[in-house]
Amino acid sequence: MDFGNLFHNYAEAVAMILFGIGFSNLLLQKNLMKKIIGLNIMDTATYLFLALKGYIDGRKAPVVVDGIQSMEAYVNPIPSGLVLTGIVVSVSVTALMLSLTIRLYRRYHTLDLDEISTLLKKEDK
Amino acid sequence: MDFIRNFSFFSIVLSLFSGPLSSILGRKWAKRVNTAEIILLGLMSVAVLWYVLQTGEAFVYTMGHFPAPWGNEIRAGVLEAFMAAFFCLIMLLCMWGGVRERESEIEASKQNLYYIMVNLLLCSLLALIYTNDLFTAYVFVEINTISACGLIMIRQNGRTIEAATRYMIMSLLGSGLLLLGLCFLYDLTGHLLMSNIQEAVHALVANGQYQTPLLVSISLMCVGLAIKSALFPFHTWLPDAYGYSTVSSAAILSSLVSKGYIFLLVKIFYRVIGFDIISSSKVIHVLFAFGIAGMIVGSVDAIRENDIRRMIAYSSVAQIGYIYMGFGLGTTAGVIASIYHVVCHAATKSLLFIAASGITDVSGGSRHFEDLTGAGYRNKLAGVAFTVGSLSMVGVPMFAGFISKLYFAQAAVGHTVKMLPTLIALAISTILNAVYFMKTVIRLYTPVKDGEKKAGYGTITVRQQPVKAVALILFILLNVILGLNAEPVIGLIRTGLEMFS
Repeated sequence: MDFGNLFHNYAEAVAMILFGIGFSNLLLQKNLMKKIIGLNIMDTATYLFLALKGYIDGRKAPVVVDGIQSMEAYVNPIPSGLVLTGIVVSVSVTALMLSLTIRLYRRYHTLDLDEISTLLKKEDK
Repeated sequence: MDFIRNFSFFSIVLSLFSGPLSSILGRKWAKRVNTAEIILLGLMSVAVLWYVLQTGEAFVYTMGHFPAPWGNEIRAGVLEAFMAAFFCLIMLLCMWGGVRERESEIEASKQNLYYIMVNLLLCSLLALIYTNDLFTAYVFVEINTISACGLIMIRQNGRTIEAATRYMIMSLLGSGLLLLGLCFLYDLTGHLLMSNIQEAVHALVANGQYQTPLLVSISLMCVGLAIKSALFPFHTWLPDAYGYSTVSSAAILSSLVSKGYIFLLVKIFYRVIGFDIISSSKVIHVLFAFGIAGMIVGSVDAIRENDIRRMIAYSSVAQIGYIYMGFGLGTTAGVIASIYHVVCHAATKSLLFIAASGITDVSGGSRHFEDLTGAGYRNKLAGVAFTVGSLSMVGVPMFAGFISKLYFAQAAVGHTVKMLPTLIALAISTILNAVYFMKTVIRLYTPVKDGEKKAGYGTITVRQQPVKAVALILFILLNVILGLNAEPVIGLIRTGLEMFS
């Protein structure tokens, strides 16, 4: 295995580690708020990864101001567009998750999903 | 006739815009607009299917006339148009079948919100079917998740909100993985349009470059979509979500939502990566193993369940297992069997959910087996419909489920290593299916003695619920037609898959 690349691409490695942290928080935390925070870390890590892949060292954002038309002067604009779309998606799912959490908290006065499940089982009996 | 080329785009936009429209309409009008819209979308999809069959090749619709590497595209072939038309049909029947429950279980002020969710869901399903762009597919996957969550939680009680939360958590895990897989693929190939990605991937494989990232990307997308379509062991959210939501939602979720993701996976296999690369990668072995495990575990869970709605929900886990097992075979015959099973399961599972609601209505609203005795006599049509659905799921000849099992077995026979596990799993799963479905059917037709009658036992005739009766009869007919005359559908799927590449 060649670990030189890992050091060279340290930012991508950080993005993957963040993705892992977010993913495991969303999966394993019992507290709903911590789950939502995990979701946001996971999504942000993906955007970091995308933004890194679109960035080319020494080039500028693709907005023509000084009349420079050459393609060599600018970075790839598509990943930034994808990141923006992704942010919109993640904002809306976060809002939905938060509203669900509020509903559950008003009903059961707890944020622990497992505790809510036990309360529900008691309700059935 | 070239005007028909616009129809696939029209159908996506039409369903997107009729959502807001139904929010300002009254309850009655929202329902009428919704029905008319679904019928119109179905007719448009049939027209697209007819057009594609006439010309004999798929067509690409460029959005805003931006050419290939930059613009966004819609692509319609035989399989896409057939699936769109079929999904519209199932959606319409699910809406008809649960109309009574929707009006009693959902608050009156929120009923037209239900139609927004249905419109959004249909829009995202059509977009998933037709789109030729991976990132657009991701966005519509999320829209699909959000509207499905709305469908679960619109019936307000603790159970549904908890189920919706669990559903959202699992779905978001899946879409996170899918998004990461897409980003990897975009980095490797530099494209987002499916046809361009496929060229680039083939060039990468031919040169032997970036093999590990490519494998990681494929497996991330497969796992992401497998989580979202509730493949074992990611199925824990499913029984609550299907079991406690209102009956149209349960039918739509089980028959359409998970199938949309599976169809996207088929598109990724054929249109994005290329099936030759997929079938030589090791990812399909994993899908195969989990598919077989799901077939057995889902059925065992269904046997242990004492609640008829949750039992049907667990049966879905087993059927999703079948579909992934077909993908895992790694042959086109296996994929054809899987897609046929998608069709057959959509037609059967929604029938079962709607029939089960008819059965519980005449048993005092109880869903426990002890209370269902003799329900087949009290609501005759629902009893017959449940029996037909059960026979189809078990795989009795004459019904749809038999044909898909037959094709799974035929697809497995050509395979040296996977033949024996597939056939054994099919046999075991069929027996387990028979155990819980026949147990229910026998209970439905056990006469109740006079002394054992419980409070709430009533009778429902066809005349009291004409809309539901029409939906059930059409579902029964659909099952029998798919069972007796499967060749045209299989032919459409085969030509559709050939058009994919």
